[in-house]
Formats: sequence, C-alpha cells, structure tokens
Amino acid sequence: MSEIELPPIDEITAPWWEATREHQMLLQHCGRCDAVQHYPRALCTLCGATDQLDWVVASGAGVVDSFTVVHRALPGFEAPYVVARVRLAEGPIVLTNLVGRAPDAWRCDEAVQLSWRDLSDGRALPVFGPTES
Amino acid sequence: MQRDGAGALMSDRRAVIVGASECDLGDTGLSVLHLQTQAVTRALADAGLSLGDVDGLACTSVARFSATQLADYLGIEPVWTDSTFAGGAAFEMFVARAAQAIEAGQAEVVVISFASNQRSARSRSLGNLFEPHTPEAQFEGPYGPLYPLSHYAMAAQRYLHITGAGREHLAEVAVAARQWALLNPAAFRHGAGPLTVDAVLESPLISSPLSAADCCLVTDGGGAIVLTTAERARDLPGAPIHILGYGESTSHTSMATPEDLVTTGAQVSGAIALHKAGLAPAEIDVVQIYDSFTITVLLSLEALGFCARGEAWQFVQNGRIAPGGDFALNTSGGGLSYCHPGQFGVLLLVEAVRQLRGECAERQVSGARTALAHGTGGILSTSATVVLGVDR
Ligand SMILES: [Zn+2]
Repeated sequence: MSEIELPPIDEITAPWWEATREHQMLLQHCGRCDAVQHYPRALCTLCGATDQLDWVVASGAGVVDSFTVVHRALPGFEAPYVVARVRLAEGPIVLTNLVGRAPDAWRCDEAVQLSWRDLSDGRALPVFGPTES
Repeated sequence: MQRDGAGALMSDRRAVIVGASECDLGDTGLSVLHLQTQAVTRALADAGLSLGDVDGLACTSVARFSATQLADYLGIEPVWTDSTFAGGAAFEMFVARAAQAIEAGQAEVVVISFASNQRSARSRSLGNLFEPHTPEAQFEGPYGPLYPLSHYAMAAQRYLHITGAGREHLAEVAVAARQWALLNPAAFRHGAGPLTVDAVLESPLISSPLSAADCCLVTDGGGAIVLTTAERARDLPGAPIHILGYGESTSHTSMATPEDLVTTGAQVSGAIALHKAGLAPAEIDVVQIYDSFTITVLLSLEALGFCARGEAWQFVQNGRIAPGGDFALNTSGGGLSYCHPGQFGVLLLVEAVRQLRGECAERQVSGARTALAHGTGGILSTSATVVLGVDR
C-alpha cells in the first residue's frame, strides 16, 4: 500500500497515538464506572465522567463484525483492500483493515489478531490479520 | 373555522401540504441556485401561491448559510428558516419543523426545497469527506472506507451473513426500481429498458457485496414542497395533503459506533411517526423509502415494521415491490433509477404527494389514501419518517 495522508492528533488522542509507536493499542477506561471505550473522548459515554479517564492496553484479540472489499481505491490506497469492523475482546468496535490473506477469503464472525502498519512519522495504525493458531 | 372545546371559533392552523414539484433532472448544466429557483417557483405555482406569500424557507446544500443564501437569491425575507444538515433525512425533518412552526403561528407558508447539479458539475466524491477535527479523520479515514458506500456495504455483508440471503436478493430492489422508472417519463432510466438480476450481479463491485447497480444514480435534480394552514388551503385549487405523523432518530456518525449494523434508526422514527398517525404499517397504501443502496431498502422495510426482522429479502421477491405487486414501493423509480441528486429525501415527499393526489398516470397506485416517506441521511446516521394522508 502506498503512503496515506497522516492522521491528525488532538490533546485527547495524543497518548493513544504515542503508544502506537511501541505497537501498543490503548483503549480508554473509566475509573468511575469501569467502562472501556474507543475512540478516545473527553468524557465517558456510559456514566458521563470527565475526570477519571485512563488507559488500558488492548489484548489484540477480536472478531470480524463485518467487512467490505473496496474495489475503487481512494488516493493513497491500492485496490482491492479490506475495510472491516472488528469487535475487540474488550467490547468496543473499531474500524480497521484486514490484512494477510486474499481479500475475498474473510468471513463475518471469524477471529482475528492485532497487527500493525507503520506510518512515515513513526506512528502506526492498528490493523487485523489471521489468528496464529 | 372549527370550534374549540369551549365553543369559541378558532382558525384551523393544522399544517397541510399544498404544492409539490421537481426541478429539471438529469444532466442539466444548470447552477444550483437556478435549479433551486425552478423547484421553489414550480411548487408554488402548483399550490396556486407566489413567492410573495412565502414567509418560511427550509433547504440544505445551497451554501454555508443555506436558507439565508436562497432567501437572498429569491428576494424574500422569511420569518422562519431551517438549514439543518442531516443528509437525505433532512427534508422529512423539515416537514415536522415546518408543521410545528405553522401550527404555532410563526409562519403561514413554508417552502422546503433541495437541488443539486452533482452530475453536470462532476462534484460527487466517494472519499476525503472526513473533516480534520473529527474523530473519524483520525480513526477511520486512514483505513480508506468509501463514504458513505463502505458503511452500507458492511451492513449488507452482515445482513447476508445473518439471513443467508445472497446478492441476487438485494438485486430485486434495483430490478423493481427500474420497472417503476420505465413507467415514469421523468426518470433518468426511463428509456433504459428493464434491468435483470443477472445484470446487477455482473455489474462491477465497488465495495463488496455492493456493485454499481446496487448504488443510487448520480444526477442533477431536486424538488420542493409547499406547506400552509388547512384554513389557507381551502382557498387553493388542489386537495390538501394532511401530515398525519412524523418522527426522527439520530444514532451515529462513526462507522464503528453502531452495536448492530442491521438495526437502524428507522425502527425509532417509524414507530413514532406511525403512532402519531394512529396507523399500522399495513394501513399504508404507498411507501417511499430512500434507496441510496439496495440494502437500505431491506433494512428500512424491516425497521419500519412492513415485514419481520431478517425477512425483507424474502418479502421483496416475486415482484411484490414492482408495478402490479401488492406492495407499492418507490413508485417514481427511486434513487436507483429515477433521480439521485445527493439528498433524495425531498423527492420522496414529492412522489408521495403526487400519489395521494392521483397524479401519477401509468404508475398511479389506485385509490391511495395514505403514504409514508422515509429519509435516511449519512451512513444510516439519521432516520426521519413522515406519514401523509388525503381525504377521499
Ligand atoms: Zn464511566
């Protein structure tokens, strides 16, 4: 895949992006109600807390909720590529790419494992591929 | 005039629709404000009203200040405007807001309009729509989803996985839309001949499982409707169309937010609108559902209660939603075969009004007394439903 536009960062998401340099996927955690959420926000959407948000590290395990093989590539992408919703073991759903297998081979509800695509500025994008077993 | 509970005379301020029209459709080469002007003035002429009567205006996508810009262009100074941007659902939402404004006495004559020249201006884009300050720009844009198509494609993939349906079942929606378009002289595909399931399946995949033929058209076009009080309508030439109910729901804008891709806000908006109307789904004679993609129709039919969850793909088989079938759906030919200027919601209302007035010639649904228009905006983000009726 050729180079995509670098994603922006803000003060809420900076720690999340920083951790991707070490290939760690963070999830925002609420110290008041114990909820885990993604994307990172200035509040917990379950209980409304704004001052007790911290981070946990995702296990990297997930299941394909759904996916689509994109045949008309956007600038910076090479078709065909797979866009997917992956439901993490911790609960939140993330948008991602599925990699490491023929695009048409994926199925809903199959297990996947976290993998990384490095960006030109040292950050990395979490993507998902086949489980090792 | 009617009497209130105490026997005093009061004017009937219930809002009704008294005018409806399209602007030019297809590949017009006209500017957006020119098309908007056509839509507004034609709908007013249809109502027997003129621009001088208009004191309320609702529209989108004219400019950053949409209603302000259009009011200036038309040379009017409205006392009520709305430019709520919610994609193709905005126009069903405008009906609710306009009815409330009229009933509250804030406005007398409201025009709701939309127009775009996206085909002749070649302005339609499938990507780069994430604004840099939004979470989607950070967490979704880098993965290259087509917007909005890839979200609907993932909903379709999930739907097929859960129900066991195939792409050929989605295709029935596009096949039926084409059959209706063959009966509508204004339709972009009016002269294109029938569409077959095989042709849909052989059409190039864009974002699997959706092919080009599962996607709405890209055309210029638009339309407008005119609302006023039931009392004012008595002096106008046409039969007033009653606004029996409306409802809306806004659920998400991130592709990762919905817990369940195949349950949409139509379940909420439809239930609210039908409850207010006092009608069951089976009592609706004509249904206009925003068919941005074939899957949108199946998900909406289920969420609105026209069939059971997981059964819409069977419900639409065997010509049920085609001309002559027992479920009159998207009788204009829809966004798939009639016209798709980008926010189809206003044209759902125009067709519903025409069906209730009995103006639809070859495609007329005989004796239609109730209609439902259901708009969807964004990536199933906002759902808005309007139930209309006519006295016969
Ligand atoms: Zn919380």
